[in-house]
Amino acid sequence: MTATVEKDTIRSEAKPRSVRKYSADISAMGEPFLWGLGGALAFGIILIVGFLALIFWNGFTTFWPKPIEVVTITDGTRVAGEPFRSEQYRPGPEILSGLTDDQRAEIVADEGFVGRTLYRTGNYDVTGEDFRWVSNFQVTDRAYPKDFFFFERQEWGAFVGTIASIDLNGRKLSLEELTLPGLEAEQEAARDRFDEVHHIERTDIGNVNHEINELRLDLRRAALRHGEGSPEYQELQQSNEARIAELQKDYLALANQARAIKEEDRKYRITLQTVNGEEKEIAISQIVRFYAANDLSFFEKVGVYLSRWGEFVSEEPREANTEGGILPAIFGTVVMTMLMVIIVAPFGVITALYLREYAKQGRLVTIVRISVNNLAGVPSIVYGVFGVGFFAYMLGGSIDALFYPERLPSPTFGTGGILWSALTLALLTVPVVIVATEEALSAVPRSMREGSLACGASKWQTIKWIVLPRAMPGVMTGLILAMARGAGEVAPLMLIGVVKLAPELPIDGFFPYVHLERSFMHLGFHIFDVGFQSRNSEAGKPMVFVTTLLLIGLIVLMNSSAIYVRNRLKKKFAGSQF
Amino acid sequence: MSDTATLSPTSGIGSGKGQANGGRPALPTGETNYHFVTSPEGSVIDVDKFNLWYGSAQALYDISLSFQKGLVTALIGPSGCGKSTLLRSLNRMNDLIDNLSIDGNVTIGGHDIYGPGVDVIALRKRMGMVFQKPNPFAMSIYDNVVYPLRVDGISDRRVLDETCERALRGSALWDEVKDRLKESALGMSGGQQQRLCIARAIASDPEVLLMDEPCSALDPIATAKIEELIDELRGHYTMIIVTHNMQQAGRVSDNTAFMYLGRLIEYGKTETIFTAPQVPQTRDYVTGRFG
Ligand SMILES: Nc1ncnc2c1ncn2[C@@H]1O[C@H](COP(=O)(O)OP(=O)(O)OP(=O)(O)O)[C@@H](O)[C@H]1O
Ligand SMILES: [Mg+2]
Repeated sequence: MTATVEKDTIRSEAKPRSVRKYSADISAMGEPFLWGLGGALAFGIILIVGFLALIFWNGFTTFWPKPIEVVTITDGTRVAGEPFRSEQYRPGPEILSGLTDDQRAEIVADEGFVGRTLYRTGNYDVTGEDFRWVSNFQVTDRAYPKDFFFFERQEWGAFVGTIASIDLNGRKLSLEELTLPGLEAEQEAARDRFDEVHHIERTDIGNVNHEINELRLDLRRAALRHGEGSPEYQELQQSNEARIAELQKDYLALANQARAIKEEDRKYRITLQTVNGEEKEIAISQIVRFYAANDLSFFEKVGVYLSRWGEFVSEEPREANTEGGILPAIFGTVVMTMLMVIIVAPFGVITALYLREYAKQGRLVTIVRISVNNLAGVPSIVYGVFGVGFFAYMLGGSIDALFYPERLPSPTFGTGGILWSALTLALLTVPVVIVATEEALSAVPRSMREGSLACGASKWQTIKWIVLPRAMPGVMTGLILAMARGAGEVAPLMLIGVVKLAPELPIDGFFPYVHLERSFMHLGFHIFDVGFQSRNSEAGKPMVFVTTLLLIGLIVLMNSSAIYVRNRLKKKFAGSQF
Repeated sequence: MSDTATLSPTSGIGSGKGQANGGRPALPTGETNYHFVTSPEGSVIDVDKFNLWYGSAQALYDISLSFQKGLVTALIGPSGCGKSTLLRSLNRMNDLIDNLSIDGNVTIGGHDIYGPGVDVIALRKRMGMVFQKPNPFAMSIYDNVVYPLRVDGISDRRVLDETCERALRGSALWDEVKDRLKESALGMSGGQQQRLCIARAIASDPEVLLMDEPCSALDPIATAKIEELIDELRGHYTMIIVTHNMQQAGRVSDNTAFMYLGRLIEYGKTETIFTAPQVPQTRDYVTGRFG
């Protein structure tokens, strides 16, 4: 008790502590280095963040409905469209000479620069252009009329204009008579008819065609195996012909059904009018989506935005990939990447196991290891060339000759396909998996191996039960890296199986359900195709960003699921310290 | 732990005093004291003129000694003198090391363990080993204990359960963990982990138990428990224990071998080694006057 009292008195009497100040020479504290390192880090982060921000901003705003601007030009014509982007340019003398003195003076005041805006005017079928530049000095009037609509059409791209009249099975109406909700209901009904026709043509008739084709192939197989004169062949031919006749009847019935719907559909029409008065009549079912761009509430805009995203991730592309969705590309990317992981995981792990655990550590192993590491530096297009030459032509060619002779000369496996793509990418990414696995194996403490061996376990038992589980998180890290690399790789795929437009998905309802020989669509290639290979690169640009966003999102999704699994594995080994 | 041993813990002592080599052929004498306690069942492991090189560096020189069945033998000596090396030579754990060469013989039950065609795995199954640092596997406590049985391909639940309980009781761990057998072994304390490793080592009922400083990472209470355990297991297993703790060696062992710079200096009854060593180096070491 006394002690505490004493302490307290001491404390109360003590002077307030003064903090001692000290400093050191900057270089002694390594500050310049720190600044350098910090600067480098900041630079890297700015680059990455800037890049991501660009993609995110463009990717997320593309589908937001923009207003339609109607500008009147000095020559009296009008331009209606979504303002797409603006820039400054320096007009040439031939343009300047055609201007009034006032306009010229204004340009000179701006040091010779003029602003101009690119409008997405649509109406390619009427005017022959999708986009149009309008210089600021040309503009005499700007308006945002509420009766202008933005139509997304099944064909010919967008249409910007007003609705002149509507023809519902002979009943001519104006928009006021039908009202907007009425037109929306008609459009939905028309889309349902369109989807039904599409379903009949693609799925039902597709099934019939598939079966007919299979029967023909059966017959050819029989011909190759037994000869055309053999009784087996004759018998098969007869039964097949009967079945084919039946199928052809089915086909006709389905085709008639589709034709009937189409005929009915053709009676529901709409006449659209451009800003300059040209008219265009189309079937209502041709309209994928339409909205009065200048008369939308916030929630309606959100609705359009979400419906566009929905279409984008769940539909097939149209209009040379610049419109519609990219479901086949998403699907192809995911299936190919999964396939690649399934192939690369055992290959990489077995190789690393052999190199680290079984091979005698000598010069040969060192050479192998160096070669494996250097493989990672080979340009990926070289892998593509190898894939085509070795996998598709040699392996695939032999497989065709052995198992699919009836389909020759058209190749089955003897050309690019999803399996060969996955194998090629597996080859490309296997060094990453090997290096990561070797690292993980060598990080397994020797005491663990010794503990197991001392229990009388064989080397393989030790590896299987002790070493591999322990190395699994490291292996997962390798697979994650491989997956990210593989999913983003495009160059080799262009040679070995990726196509602009794949008619069928690699997985579908036809036996054997997984078609590894099929070519497929890929997000990375889609970006290249839409952005740089399409007729209308202006229209493709926003799609580049959206697709990139989606590809990044997909990789993040696949990686984070792998990381989740890895962390769960890691947890098992946590707490081994004491 | 059922007390079915055929050997009473002290049966060899007394009779062994002064009865050199237990009737075995004479081993080289020189400065070595061979008045060790013998077991009526004779020796299990005989090391004969054993030399070992790590690369070109010799770690063991002409080691000759015999480990008596059912008794506890302590290996003592300053750090780096080759105790671990000798211990690991007995179950061929050193096979993992590259560039290792040996000379001389190690026989277990009369069979040369370095002979051609020896089944190393079968050999290791006859010996349990406990390491200096506990090394439980990242599995449940149960799976850790029955690991040697799983290795043998035994999957009969009843056998595994019985073995698990017997081994855990044997290592004085049963009461502490019987309610959490399915939990990860990595969540145990260091002392518990070490006793778990002992349980694992005795699970397959080996003939010999090799222990390399089993208590070096443990607190006095855990150490006492393990010493108690060794005392209980005496007679059931032939035990060889490496230790730096003189008191421990004195408490638990029947015979003690003192090694120095890769050589066996003195081997004899523990009491003798600690009270009346014949070699001055041994005396200096056990009395702590070692330079
Ligand atoms: N893997 C190895 N490679 C090369 N030399 C080794 C190896 N292991 C041990 N040695 C050497 O062999 C000698 C004996 O080592 P050992 O581990 O047997 O000593 P120890 O008596 O167990 O020592 P401690 O009491 O410190 O554990 C030492 O000189 C050591 O440097
Ligand atoms: Mg040691």
